Amino acid sequence: MPGVVVENLVVKYNDLVAVDDVSFEAPEGRVTAVIGPNGAGKTSTIEVCEGFRTATSGRVCVLGLDPKRQHDELTTVMGVMLQGGGVYPSARVVDVVTLFCALHDRGAVPRELIDLVGLSTRAKSTWRQLSGGEQQRLSLALALAARPRVAFLDEPTSGVDIDGRDTIRTIIRDLAANGTTVVLASHELDEAERVADHVVMFRAGHVIAAGALASLRASVDSIRFSTSSMIDVSELSHALGASVRAVADGDYVIEAASTPDIMAQLAQWLSQRNLALTDVRTGHETLIEIYRRITGGPQ
Amino acid sequence: MKPLKAQLRAELQLVRRNGEQILLTLGIPVLLLVFFGTVDVLPIDLEEPTDFLLPGILALAIMSTSMVSLGIATGFERSYQVLKRLGATPLGRGRLVQAKILTVFLVEIVQFAILIPIGLALGWRPQGALWPAAIVVILAGTSAFAGLGLTMAGRLRGEINLAAQNGLYLLLLLLGGMIIPLNELPAPLKAIGQVLPSGALADLMHETLNRSGENPGVSAVVLATWAIATPLVAAKTFRWS
Repeated sequence: MPGVVVENLVVKYNDLVAVDDVSFEAPEGRVTAVIGPNGAGKTSTIEVCEGFRTATSGRVCVLGLDPKRQHDELTTVMGVMLQGGGVYPSARVVDVVTLFCALHDRGAVPRELIDLVGLSTRAKSTWRQLSGGEQQRLSLALALAARPRVAFLDEPTSGVDIDGRDTIRTIIRDLAANGTTVVLASHELDEAERVADHVVMFRAGHVIAAGALASLRASVDSIRFSTSSMIDVSELSHALGASVRAVADGDYVIEAASTPDIMAQLAQWLSQRNLALTDVRTGHETLIEIYRRITGGPQ
Repeated sequence: MKPLKAQLRAELQLVRRNGEQILLTLGIPVLLLVFFGTVDVLPIDLEEPTDFLLPGILALAIMSTSMVSLGIATGFERSYQVLKRLGATPLGRGRLVQAKILTVFLVEIVQFAILIPIGLALGWRPQGALWPAAIVVILAGTSAFAGLGLTMAGRLRGEINLAAQNGLYLLLLLLGGMIIPLNELPAPLKAIGQVLPSGALADLMHETLNRSGENPGVSAVVLATWAIATPLVAAKTFRWS
């Protein structure tokens, strides 16, 4: 059952069409990553889902509610993590978490929430005294204050260190495991891939792909590798007897199963040209590779 | 009630934690009252200068809290997306505004509790004070200045709003008959001062606390107009994010 339904959504700012006839669903109790470059329409779409922005046309339904007309009802079950700020700089962690928990009838317990995001030792620090990563953790805590059934998280791991990212990923997975519909916006595709079950891919105001991550992956096997210098893909393709394409500077994909023979041929071909093999991966496509395949590479 | 109480508590915490707000709402009025109440430099033809000063300083305190303090804090909350984030909670705009209004009134009560005893200590003696009328004037002044402050806070960027609020504060202070009597200003400036909310508020504070207003009838009309108009403009033009 979908937690969020977006149908034929259009958002215009005067003459600029930020979101152009977008449709997708975010399943309940799953993590859906809304990905794409900056300015692709992700934030505008999510703001309509949160009830902050009015759609020019189209329909949005969050947990069966109209985010604009039934906003009061939605706020009791919704958690929102904004991309930046959202907290008064002189407010202390403990005070702002206590406030947000008290705004909800069945809000979380402030101390437990502060512990959960790993800010126990910073509880008496003000927002301006926190590092960028700690501010993100606090923002996430505020999104969880409602014990939400749907959570919209905008760039949740942006600027967060490795340990912090692990903590945030665990929290997001636990949220979904407990039945919360999580929609996260990110332009960090590798980060989104680590937590998302579903993906909605934006480009220039359009959804260019949407669905379960597994279903978006190419059905054919492939070998991805990187070299220190550019190679002649047609020459390699001829040598291997398989299709080879460049996906980025120095990154290539061979459309073939990773048999010992083909791996040996690749290594030999590179060796003969004195080219270093800087990276090689086999198996399913990464989200970055899916994005590049669908968009046809950088534009 | 729970969200309102929680937000009111948060608003009061922020006032307490922001030193510049305490300076603006308490420090400056107290300093002006004590300085001009003890140093005879103002062109006031009264045996006891505090009789003129205290009503004006109380009007200044109302303006400091309801316009500048509220306006600057709200402007930065808008810039920092605090209002947007609160908009995603069950607090709602109505309760947020209620919490801010209650905070203004509570700060004003603290201001009066400090300024009036200082005024009494400096020699102020209320003459025929009309306290119920004074409360109505205080409410109207608070409404007028809060509307002005929120109008600017709801449209201007944080830093520009800060500069604009402080600039307007200075202008309204100098032309409002709060410290310098309007009669001492050149005629064109006096005419402007009489139609400003600060001029009308100060005149009515003089009238209700000391029965010494210059033109209370006109001032009442002027202040009532500002008190109704500015909140309406703020409500119409305010942007929450």
